[in-house]
Amino acid sequence: MKPEESATTGADLLVKALIDEEVEVVFGYPGGAVLPIYDSLFKQNRLRHILVRHEQAAVHAAEGYARSTGKVGVVLVTSGPGATNAVTGLTDALMDSIPVVCLTGQVPTHLIGNDAFQEADTTGITRPCTKHNYLVKAVGDLARTVHEAFYVARSGRPGPVVIDLPKDVLMNKHDYEAPKKPVQHKSYRPQVKPDPKKIEQAIDLIAAAKRPVFYTGGGVINSGPKASKLLAQFVRMTGYPITNTLMGLGAFPASDKQFLGMLGMHGTYEANLAMYHCDVLIDIGARFDDRITGKLAEFSPKSKKIHVDIDPSSINKNVRIDLPIVGDAAHVLEELIRVWKARQPRTDQKALKAWWAEIEKWRGRNCLAYKQDKETIKPQYALERLYHHIKDRDHYITTEVGQHQMWAAQFLKFEQPNHWMTSGGLGTMGYGFPAAMGVQIAHPDALVIDVAGEASIMMNIQELSTVAQYRLPVKIFVLNNQYMGMVRQWQELLHGGRYSESYMESLPDFVKLADAFGAVGLRTGDPAELDGVIQEMIKINKPVIVDVLVDKAENCFPMIPSGAAHYDMLLGPNDRAEKPVSEEGMVLV
Amino acid sequence: MSPIESASRHTISILVDNEPGILARVVGLFSGRGYNIESLTVAKTNEKENLSRITIVTTGTPMVIEQIKAQLDRLVPVHRVRDLTLEGEHVERELALVKVKGSGEKRVEALRLADVFRAKVIDAKNDSFVFEVTGASDKVDTFIGLMEKLGLVDVGRTGIVATTRGGEAI
Ligand SMILES: Cc1cc2nc3c(=O)[nH]c(=O)nc-3n(C[C@H](O)[C@H](O)[C@H](O)COP(=O)(O)OP(=O)(O)OC[C@H]3O[C@@H](n4cnc5c(N)ncnc54)[C@H](O)[C@@H]3O)c2cc1C
Ligand SMILES: Cc1ncc(C[n+]2csc(CCOP(=O)(O)OP(=O)(O)O)c2C)c(N)n1
Ligand SMILES: [Mg+2]
Repeated sequence: MKPEESATTGADLLVKALIDEEVEVVFGYPGGAVLPIYDSLFKQNRLRHILVRHEQAAVHAAEGYARSTGKVGVVLVTSGPGATNAVTGLTDALMDSIPVVCLTGQVPTHLIGNDAFQEADTTGITRPCTKHNYLVKAVGDLARTVHEAFYVARSGRPGPVVIDLPKDVLMNKHDYEAPKKPVQHKSYRPQVKPDPKKIEQAIDLIAAAKRPVFYTGGGVINSGPKASKLLAQFVRMTGYPITNTLMGLGAFPASDKQFLGMLGMHGTYEANLAMYHCDVLIDIGARFDDRITGKLAEFSPKSKKIHVDIDPSSINKNVRIDLPIVGDAAHVLEELIRVWKARQPRTDQKALKAWWAEIEKWRGRNCLAYKQDKETIKPQYALERLYHHIKDRDHYITTEVGQHQMWAAQFLKFEQPNHWMTSGGLGTMGYGFPAAMGVQIAHPDALVIDVAGEASIMMNIQELSTVAQYRLPVKIFVLNNQYMGMVRQWQELLHGGRYSESYMESLPDFVKLADAFGAVGLRTGDPAELDGVIQEMIKINKPVIVDVLVDKAENCFPMIPSGAAHYDMLLGPNDRAEKPVSEEGMVLV
Repeated sequence: MSPIESASRHTISILVDNEPGILARVVGLFSGRGYNIESLTVAKTNEKENLSRITIVTTGTPMVIEQIKAQLDRLVPVHRVRDLTLEGEHVERELALVKVKGSGEKRVEALRLADVFRAKVIDAKNDSFVFEVTGASDKVDTFIGLMEKLGLVDVGRTGIVATTRGGEAI
């Protein structure tokens, strides 16, 4: 055969490479620059393409797919506006360490730089919001680049990778090269196995602790389900208390007595005080975000700190670490368990008993308490009832951003990893609904619920059309307080109750809106009806919007105002007057 | 709690793939994260493996310097990051082209100083010189300072290149 006959077009090559990377689903939206790829997709049936209604949603859907499966999520968008629309999603995936490969169309190589139609400097624009990006200039580099991109997206600290594909590259011909396995990248080789000396030192510190606490995060989820199993094993071996970040929820079973709940700005009293008073802090895969630390100078001032992280740049970024351990969470936990078993250390039972007694006292404050009355539904109550009805079913939760997100983190219980998807780092309103679509694609029979605010849901509401097309029975559970509640709460607490532009005027009728898209709309504002509506929502095997009219003025507590220390928590509405926010705190977000 | 740490100057040597965009990645990292660059040089140094070396001089507290290095190291096309300042003895050099215009006594004085600084005359006209001066940055600074009074017109500086002392590769 002559080489021309055996050779394949760039677009066909790309599809082959994706199949070799075990990709099953691509979330995308077509346009001129990627038409050759859409043509290749048309001619095959291994890859499923999900047509979204906005490119931002394609990336969030890929994130939901990735977070709920552990696989790499794949996105395909056109040049120019397709690529720029994807930028929010890419930034979101970067902040939350979600593996995504995003293929962007580009004008042909000879037109790059000419302000051609739908040209954008995609690699330039996405450089700071991706883990890495590529511009493929020759078809001969295409397959290798795709394989490398998947390796980079999923290895070490995962993240989004963009491959920019000029149209001529997609149409030129070349032979296909299958990926070489195992890949040995020439420069990117993250350290997975920990230094054994550090493990010994960690066990010394952990065993001698009198007031220890585990503080674990999204890194445990990134590491895979095995890491969560090992975490539970190790935490139970020690008998020590554990708290999770927002991103780490589900890595340790919420129903376990050793679990103190989430920590941080809207974390529990017991978790935050344990962080403040502990003498040994064991961080596994959490990055000392400012939502966690509050006032840095007063963050966990008495503790020796151990930090396990696969990314050395997370260590000593915000907080001084006494014992850094670079490695993958599962590998490190495996070693910690092995050495702990071998050494059978005797822990200070008397001190630990006193520590737990103190923690129980804090727990006794019951910081998440709220008062439900007969008239209006409290958002917390709505979530407690929701959890009651879904807990025995295979369910996945996504959220939008705001008060409802924090209440979901506080009131739903996460027993296993990969079942909770939320936008933590970027805090992207509009994340939850498309993410839920991605989850539903990966888990067709599961109950997938987006806990939403009425403001956030408007940001990607067009995706109702997508769920209708693919018959995705995603449930949108709107806690409708008619306000951008989180904004209103800050205005109440920090800006003298001047509710500037935070009232949601002219909201749609969500029931009719659902109807218009072929979904089902339900509504209630009556506490007595709530259970019935939730049960109905679960029963309907179609997309459903549930418009839950909740108390408009409810605030999310506990709250550590920005810039305050962990002991300066506001536990309820009556706390606020006594503790005005410092000027230093006012400038923080 | 971390003691108040003072900022110091570090020379960092980075071995990277010589590919389009690599400089933008490195510079974007510095500007995006608010680190400062005092000097930056870059050129291809290994033809066979297509590698470039970037030498950056920056200042920061020990925690910031550690962060800069970790951030650089996680860029995918970065092969190696070395902090020459922390690693002990190293040599640094910079080259400057210094243009001076003047006549009479000033011109003679400029030439005399150039000799002291072992600066070479690489262009001469009736009323001007271009000197090439090489050395550590403070020597280059001093030379330029002296020329200011003698009709300094223009300066071009390469920025610092550096390597460790001894036979080991960096
Ligand atoms: C309105 C709002 C309020 C919020 N309030 C809170 C709050 O009260 N409490 C709270 O916790 N968060 C809160 N957040 C979220 C917060 O902004 C951060 O996103 C979150 O705290 C970060 O979680 P994390 O530290 O687990 O890190 P992630 O962002 O999940 O990062 C994971 C870390 O693990 C490392 N890692 C990755 N893979 C591995 C591996 N295989 N092995 C080991 N390490 C690995 C990474 O390098 C990184 O350092 C809020 C967000 C919003 C939008
Ligand atoms: C894209 C985007 N724009 C603005 C914000 C700032 N913001 C954070 S929460 C919030 C209000 C969310 O309102 P809603 O969805 O109704 O949730 P609630 O707080 O009322 O539960 C806003 C505007 C954001 N996080 N994301
Ligand atoms: Mg709202």
